[in-house]
Amino acid sequence: MKHKINELEDIAAQVRRDIVRMVHACQSGHPGGSLGCADFMTALYFEIMNHSTDFKMDGKGEDLFFLSNGHISPVFYSVLARSGYFDVSELATFRKLNSRLQGHPTTHEGLPGIRIASGSLGQGMSVAIGAAQAKKLNKDHSTVYVLLGDGELQEGQNWEAIMYAPHNKVDNLIASVDYNGQQIDGPTEKVLSLENLQAKFEAFGWHVINSDGNDMDAIVKALHYAKSLTGKGKPVLNLMSTQMGYGVDFMMGSHKWHGVAPNDEQLAAALAQLSSTLKDY
Amino acid sequence: MLEAGKKNPEVVALCADLVGSLKMDAFIKEFPERFFQIGIAEANMIGIAAGLTIGGKVPFTGTFANFSTGRVYDQIRQSVAYSDKNVKICASHAGLTLGEDGATHQILEDIGLMKMLPGMTVINTCDYNQTKAATIAIAEHHGPVYLRFGRPVIPVFTDPDQKFEIGKAWMVNEGTDVTIIATGHMVWKAIEAGEKLAELGIDAEIINIHTIKPLDEKAVLKSVKKTGCVVTCEEHNKYGGLGESVARLLSTELPTPQEFVAVNDSFGESGTPDQLMTKYGLDSINIVEAAQKVIKRANK
Repeated sequence: MKHKINELEDIAAQVRRDIVRMVHACQSGHPGGSLGCADFMTALYFEIMNHSTDFKMDGKGEDLFFLSNGHISPVFYSVLARSGYFDVSELATFRKLNSRLQGHPTTHEGLPGIRIASGSLGQGMSVAIGAAQAKKLNKDHSTVYVLLGDGELQEGQNWEAIMYAPHNKVDNLIASVDYNGQQIDGPTEKVLSLENLQAKFEAFGWHVINSDGNDMDAIVKALHYAKSLTGKGKPVLNLMSTQMGYGVDFMMGSHKWHGVAPNDEQLAAALAQLSSTLKDY
Repeated sequence: MLEAGKKNPEVVALCADLVGSLKMDAFIKEFPERFFQIGIAEANMIGIAAGLTIGGKVPFTGTFANFSTGRVYDQIRQSVAYSDKNVKICASHAGLTLGEDGATHQILEDIGLMKMLPGMTVINTCDYNQTKAATIAIAEHHGPVYLRFGRPVIPVFTDPDQKFEIGKAWMVNEGTDVTIIATGHMVWKAIEAGEKLAELGIDAEIINIHTIKPLDEKAVLKSVKKTGCVVTCEEHNKYGGLGESVARLLSTELPTPQEFVAVNDSFGESGTPDQLMTKYGLDSINIVEAAQKVIKRANK
């Protein structure tokens, strides 16, 4: 372990503060999914991945991460900044004119840590597969990670990719689904039911594990386990239960905070629930 | 592909269940580990290609022009163009040349779709030799490229040892009375038209614009300055194609009478390629008539 679990929890708390402050400052963005994935993203960047903050696009010899559900950019930017890809003060520019921190992540502004644009949903899994296959050609034994939203699985391109990866034994790939059951218009079960995701992925030939994405100890263990399953001929799917808005009681478990910014009062109420562990930017 | 692959070990190829149509067999035989059969899943193909570039690969994707562009526009826009990825999108059977298959398999909008993407290079080659030279050239060029080419059974008339320069027009025939700017299959038609015009005493300058974006503005302006009128020829909708690129240039730099030999805002249909070229006004006679008309308009 690079960090103790309580240290990772402290980092995640700071990441959550960053998220609500970023979204509040520009009065736009997506706090719900960002808060829900703060533990996973912290675990990935501070514990699981072998990566260098001296950013190189090709990432040779490093583990790579792709964010397919690009709207949860606040958590991505916070984790990148907190792990040293760029100065945390830049988080204050989120969604503002001339910022490298665009509403949805992009390579176009040269922000270190970003390797593909995302935002239009359903594309990240294909990109991650390509990056994983390039690693195989390069005899690079590191791992490629991708995070997808659960609602995002309604996009058909995902299923092209989900079919392709097992057929081609892309076994250096760990995909995680942010399984919070919410999307903009309401619960996924009402909008367009995902049915039995585990059975679906297994039927396509994936090795599926389940995890609790809001329990740091559990998610760290799950990701270590997922890593132990790589190199065995199958891609790995981490079906990760989370709560949208986790960590801020009035934002939790509802699709209403998918894409709404808190006002001044709500910001204060949210920050009161999250201790500043690494100092605010 | 084979030559590009031999020159650069990072070149890889992807195909969506059309290996035979794209003539990828030789590459696959030589470099099986560098070939990716994607299946009938073009969106996934574009995404995988974008991902492969991150590991330093130079991916060439292959399928018909319609499935290379319209079907996957958002994937190309976000994962390739906006993400600055070095993907070469190679599209066969562009325009009307899938003939009997009909309009679902023909595309007359692809140049417009691709040239509107910031940073995208758009190339439309005119025969086997030019396509081969372009394939090798784009492998050495860094940045996203859309390479559009036609069916294999057309005359091969360009130099087998030509050096293909992206963005550089090819002067096919110098003349003084009218500039004929042609791309893709229409280059051969323009050469035929040039011969007919010569019989009528009209000395046509024929320029092949293989790179629609970036456009060789210097070559166009130089020629039009001399001739004072221009005909553009393309196997594409008149909206969004080469003709509009030329018109945009001329309207700002050198307003000039122009005629468009292109499809008049229509889908294609079933028929032999030759029948379709005639029905949709893309024959050499259409170029001859357009040249005569534009010369008249220019009061020459």
